[in-house]
Amino acid sequence: MKTILTVDDSRTMRDMLRLVLLDANFTVVQAVDGVHGLEVLDQSEPDVIITDINMPNLDGFGFIEEVRRTARHCATPILVLSTEGDQEKKQRARSAGATGWIVKPFDPVKLVDAVRRVAA
Amino acid sequence: MDPMEAIKATFFQECDELLADLETGLLALEHGEGEADTVNAVFRAVHSVKGGAGAFGLEALVRFAHVFETTLDALRKGELEATGEVLRPLLRAADRLADHVASAKQGIEPDPAADAPVISGLEALLGAGADTATEEAPVFDFKPVGLSLEGGFAPIALASLEEPAWRIVFAPLDRMYRNANEPLLLVRELARLGTTQVRVGLDRLPRLEALDPLTACLDWTVELSGTDIAEAAVRDVFEFVEGDCELTIESLQARSTEEGDLSLEAILALAGLGEAEPMPLPEAAEPIPAPLHAPPIAASLQSVIPVPVQPQAPQSPVAVDDQLRTPASEPVAHTTIRVDLERVDRLIDLVGELVINQAMLNQQVMESGVARSSNIALGLDDLEQITREIQDSVMAIRAQPVKSVFQRMPRLVREVAAMTGKEVRLITEGEGTEVDKTVIERLTDPLTHMIRNAIDHGLETPEDRIRAGKPREGVIRLSAQHRSGRIVIVVSDDGRGINRDRVRAIAVERRLIEADAVLSDEEIDNLIFAPGFSTADTVSDISGRGVGMDVVKRSIQALGGRITILSRPGEGSTFTLSLPLTLAVLDGMVVSVGEQTLVVPITVIVETLQPKASDIRLLGPSGAVVSVRGAYVPLIDVGVALGWPTSSADSGVTILVESGPGEMAALRVDAIQGQRQVVIKSLEQNYDQVDDIAAATILGDGRVALILDVDALISRRRRGLSSSAAPSGQTLLQAS
Repeated sequence: MKTILTVDDSRTMRDMLRLVLLDANFTVVQAVDGVHGLEVLDQSEPDVIITDINMPNLDGFGFIEEVRRTARHCATPILVLSTEGDQEKKQRARSAGATGWIVKPFDPVKLVDAVRRVAA
Repeated sequence: MDPMEAIKATFFQECDELLADLETGLLALEHGEGEADTVNAVFRAVHSVKGGAGAFGLEALVRFAHVFETTLDALRKGELEATGEVLRPLLRAADRLADHVASAKQGIEPDPAADAPVISGLEALLGAGADTATEEAPVFDFKPVGLSLEGGFAPIALASLEEPAWRIVFAPLDRMYRNANEPLLLVRELARLGTTQVRVGLDRLPRLEALDPLTACLDWTVELSGTDIAEAAVRDVFEFVEGDCELTIESLQARSTEEGDLSLEAILALAGLGEAEPMPLPEAAEPIPAPLHAPPIAASLQSVIPVPVQPQAPQSPVAVDDQLRTPASEPVAHTTIRVDLERVDRLIDLVGELVINQAMLNQQVMESGVARSSNIALGLDDLEQITREIQDSVMAIRAQPVKSVFQRMPRLVREVAAMTGKEVRLITEGEGTEVDKTVIERLTDPLTHMIRNAIDHGLETPEDRIRAGKPREGVIRLSAQHRSGRIVIVVSDDGRGINRDRVRAIAVERRLIEADAVLSDEEIDNLIFAPGFSTADTVSDISGRGVGMDVVKRSIQALGGRITILSRPGEGSTFTLSLPLTLAVLDGMVVSVGEQTLVVPITVIVETLQPKASDIRLLGPSGAVVSVRGAYVPLIDVGVALGWPTSSADSGVTILVESGPGEMAALRVDAIQGQRQVVIKSLEQNYDQVDDIAAATILGDGRVALILDVDALISRRRRGLSSSAAPSGQTLLQAS
């Protein structure tokens, strides 16, 4: 079973992502911001990471850059949750090392599709 | 409860918290107490409300939150200033947002008329013609998605025998792999749309010797057949890699292609996945290290790649990009095992006990008069040695190389250099030096701050450097090494050194020293660690938001470390951090107080004194101060403070300690027994939390010694809470 790490400071979003991902038979681990995400990554090997951008402590861009610098996780697909039509953020996320993006508010089917699309 | 209802309940609960944060933040800004992060926090609060509301299709709430967010974004970007004029409409908007949340909670439609004045207030802030809600709202006028879990997922199209509808040629660029995109997954995705025939292009694949593992050298041609496959669906597959690959999507209409078949085995062999003999590596070559992650989906290759390949370059194995992405220079990973940290700590604890027991046994045997040359004594020597080795090895389990902290620094240096317009080269040494995990974790912030400082205050601008006869580029050195059982981290720069006249002037201005104080160069340099020396208005943006070197010093001390500074005008400054390798062991001074033995952490001790009676002045019934080189320092009789019977006040030794935020105090104890490393035992876990005591340890002779919490002792004293018969002290007396 594949494990997904979700990084989001909003409990609502985390719960929602968990619900959808569990329903699609993924295992879910969660983190509340970028720093926490890196801590979780120290002890786990998720197959895919889903991260929000706007977060305290360490935002999504910084988090992705840091993950890409870590040898253990530099090849882990990372999906970004971005608000609709936010081209500039998509571009920044991509240069930081994001694999793909999910538009917020997300459609559960599309979310799971996106995860499957990047999960080996 | 329906899971969605549960999440909705969470959302409203979270909204309440976010609205409270929002209000607190706005009020802080209004009172001028906000910091840079307050604006961000306020923005995030509204952003999170909007995000959650979007997920539940609460359109009115989203629309209002969006306007609010746009205004806060302007504040965040500095386009608006946090003045009273600006904050009043924002506070009104916060109230209105709370109304919206309340309406949504009750499931009623909010009154749109009530929005109008608030929104126009926000729009007025952004200035006429600013592109706010009214124009932008349609973007967010999405169809609520609603979460339906029954929808299921698009079924994989059944194979059909139709003519190919699309020919997709795509060639990944190097950067596509760097973001963890995987071409074979894209091919698999196409296979979900219809039947695929896939051909791998090997033209650009060089011979193995010439292969650069970081370049992309394969391309794919996919012919996709099926009914009603829209171009958009095909494009969607490549959504994430657009711009990171060369892509052509061509409609084939009535055209058909004829390609020869090739067996799966042959493809797998070409892809380096099958049973085929691996190509012998050139003898000089490094072995290719293990792949970073599993090779791609061998199973799905079966369904995805029925047809290839003109084997134009059969002499080279097809590079599976994953295997080659690891630079050959990277060492093969060590075998590792994951262990719960608690188990390791339990082991460390037990070894601590072992060390203590061994020391006790040693002492008892020696006291029993056994000859040094006896077999028992020799056996004990061996035991001692082995025990030490066990202790070192066990401590090493928690140890990690400082690399994880050091590797964050190059980026920091680049950023700060860019912001200050300086040219900086960072040289790091000793990245492999290991130290306890917790020490590493808590080292990041102080080191970050010191390096920022070194660039911002230490290094000169390129022009100034050339004038001073130095190379344009400044050098920051960051090194780590083990030295006598501690880790020593050095941050040095080749800049202008500490400007002692200026430091002195600031210190006088901030009343840290008297204008006529006589200070050595070293004492002046150390003033930068004084609390209140660097305040928000003297520190530039880069060096932090009012976080001074005193905070750095405090965090190093909290780790049981010391920080020293050596500065030469015109040549640069060197900061040296000396930290314990582990937090399980402490360097302490063992002292006697009454009949008790206490340990004072070495890191807080400045010096020991034997003041004359005339140096001590009593203040009130229980207070006293001692004169140290002309300055009065509060004198605390440790025995009295802890409620223990002690010898008379005029005998004994006084230890000058640096407590709390940089303040000095003098502790009176009866005698100093010596200095040694002690294994820290938690009192809280084994007994209970005790005022003024940080932890306990067991000495070689089996006695329990309490480790003094100097900061707590002094701050409690300062608050006037100490009494000569503290109940906790009495309990302790019985407990030990």
